[in-house]
Amino acid sequence: MCTLAHVFEAAGLSTIVLTPLRPVAERMGVPRTLYTDFPLGQSLGKPRDKAFQSEVLLAAFDLLKESEGPVIRDFPIRISATDNEPLQCALPPRMDAELPPAVDEAQALKAAYDRAFEKSNKTSIGMRISAEEVPDALAKFVKIVEGEHWEDVGFTAESLYGTAHDVRCYYEELACELAEGPIAPWATEEWFYDQTEAGEIILKARRVMRDKEVAQSVWFGLAPAGRA
Amino acid sequence: MSVFGKDEAAIGKFAASLPLPEFPPCSFNTPKPLHAAKVAIVTTAALHQEGGGFELGDSDYHYETLPSSARNLKLGHHSVNFDRGGFAADINVVYPIDRLEELADSGVIGGVSENHYAFAGNQSATVSEIRLDSGPQCAQAMLEDGVDIVLLTGT
Repeated sequence: MCTLAHVFEAAGLSTIVLTPLRPVAERMGVPRTLYTDFPLGQSLGKPRDKAFQSEVLLAAFDLLKESEGPVIRDFPIRISATDNEPLQCALPPRMDAELPPAVDEAQALKAAYDRAFEKSNKTSIGMRISAEEVPDALAKFVKIVEGEHWEDVGFTAESLYGTAHDVRCYYEELACELAEGPIAPWATEEWFYDQTEAGEIILKARRVMRDKEVAQSVWFGLAPAGRA
Repeated sequence: MSVFGKDEAAIGKFAASLPLPEFPPCSFNTPKPLHAAKVAIVTTAALHQEGGGFELGDSDYHYETLPSSARNLKLGHHSVNFDRGGFAADINVVYPIDRLEELADSGVIGGVSENHYAFAGNQSATVSEIRLDSGPQCAQAMLEDGVDIVLLTGT
């Protein structure tokens, strides 16, 4: 982003960078920087808060009044990545006791996912699987936990990572539809891994693969670094 | 052990020690007045529409063109250590297209570009490809669109 600012200014454009990484902007001498002390991934600070986002943009555009640079200003409001309210998002009761809990849960949540997609017309699922394939994908993780080899259930190293990505997207996107109140930084990630059956089975599969001494490059990316 | 993406101290340490390219004294262009200027967004969140996308790793330096009307965008930043919840709730937290249109409607900015652009955030250590190839190409595309001001956002 900071490199592109230099490239674009050299071409004759005027640029403004929004970044939470002040040291990078300082060291690279970025022409105009608004330092936003927000969690990574939240350039405008608060999802679904039009007033706050507009305030950030107006602060960014105010940098254009400077006659020379490089210039860095601090946006005056800080948003913590950790000091936030947990997501309030109810999970469905068991629908089919014959199914593994994670599979049952994912099936029961499909309607909520469909509503979320209908409302937003966007999804980041699709790295490896579709929303319709999420329950079957979770059934594969269940088999890993039960002792089957990860390749025997149909995964490759690449598909394992992409499938976990898509399962998490499925849950995080539907959570935004079901949740009451604002979506705080990391709240959907915490809800997924700490409260859902799907998150739990993926973490269990990750631990099983680790304990079987599967190459770390295969299982490590199933959950954020730091999760056990 | 804390989750990396939430560990502000670790992120700060990472940012302070990251090897960075050096640039000559920067160009610094003063645009036309904001109320008359056309604004484009360039994001390194690897946003793309269905059918587009970015390769994993640090060798994909191409950019995607995002029509101003598009809202069916996918977040191509796949890192497991990244919080995707904000984008899932509201694309404007990464890509403030609706906010820009509101500012154009109210006369604060002159207009919103017909196209916006997305790169992958993970680039080669030298960043030579986006410095010499895709970055200048993207700049040319924006100049042809009549863009005056570029708002850069990341993830």
